[in-house]
Amino acid sequence: MSVKIDFQDETLFCKLKGEIDHHTTLPIRLDIDERIENCRPQNVVLDFTDVTFMDSSGIGLVMGRYKILNELGGKLEVTGLSDNSYKVMRLAGLDRIANIKKGGKKNGN
Amino acid sequence: MVINEFKMTVDSRSINESFTRATVSAFASQLDPTVEEINDIKTAVSEAVTNSIVHGYKNEVGRIYISVKIHKEGLIVVSIRDRGCGIADIKKAREPLFTTLGGDRAGLGFSVMESFMDKISVRSTPNKGTTVTLYKKICGRRK
Repeated sequence: MSVKIDFQDETLFCKLKGEIDHHTTLPIRLDIDERIENCRPQNVVLDFTDVTFMDSSGIGLVMGRYKILNELGGKLEVTGLSDNSYKVMRLAGLDRIANIKKGGKKNGN
Repeated sequence: MVINEFKMTVDSRSINESFTRATVSAFASQLDPTVEEINDIKTAVSEAVTNSIVHGYKNEVGRIYISVKIHKEGLIVVSIRDRGCGIADIKKAREPLFTTLGGDRAGLGFSVMESFMDKISVRSTPNKGTTVTLYKKICGRRK
């Protein structure tokens, strides 16, 4: 699991890659939060296109970033979700708090 | 009737989460499941194993015992057992969003297991351990 972060036009773009579980989430979270703290972006995009697996740790990842952005007045967008990741997000009702979009790889969760 | 069975034991180290779900899903693949079915199993196993690691063996490293049974008619039964601290109130633990841990744990582990599998059962005794059993009938690609 890795994350590539770019900041451009007030948007922090985080491209996630690999498997998201309890083991892999912590370092990624710290990376993203540090950049949010430094850049104070108006928008944050979490791109899941290259995520091959996600369990409920992914919910925590999205929900935690949502809370931080809510306090800072920023918006969160989640893109490129596979069918399975989308299913997990929907279960948590994340479609009600963030803009979540499908479009990830067809194979794999 | 059980037609094939597989057992393994892993240390409750978080690095084993991915290994465990990959191994269980590899064993399940003999049922010729769809991509969605295999992902459902992977996700549910990941939740159960993570629970044993972060809750059952909160302050220690213990062993997690996994058994996978394939029954006739494509039923797969995965049991994940630990000898950890146990759950005092199972009903409460299964409530969506309930978590004893703060941070970014969503408290949705059991909800995910319930919605991705056909049935789950949880047995637990405080200070003795917890067994989570996951059931799913694989319809597979043959149909």
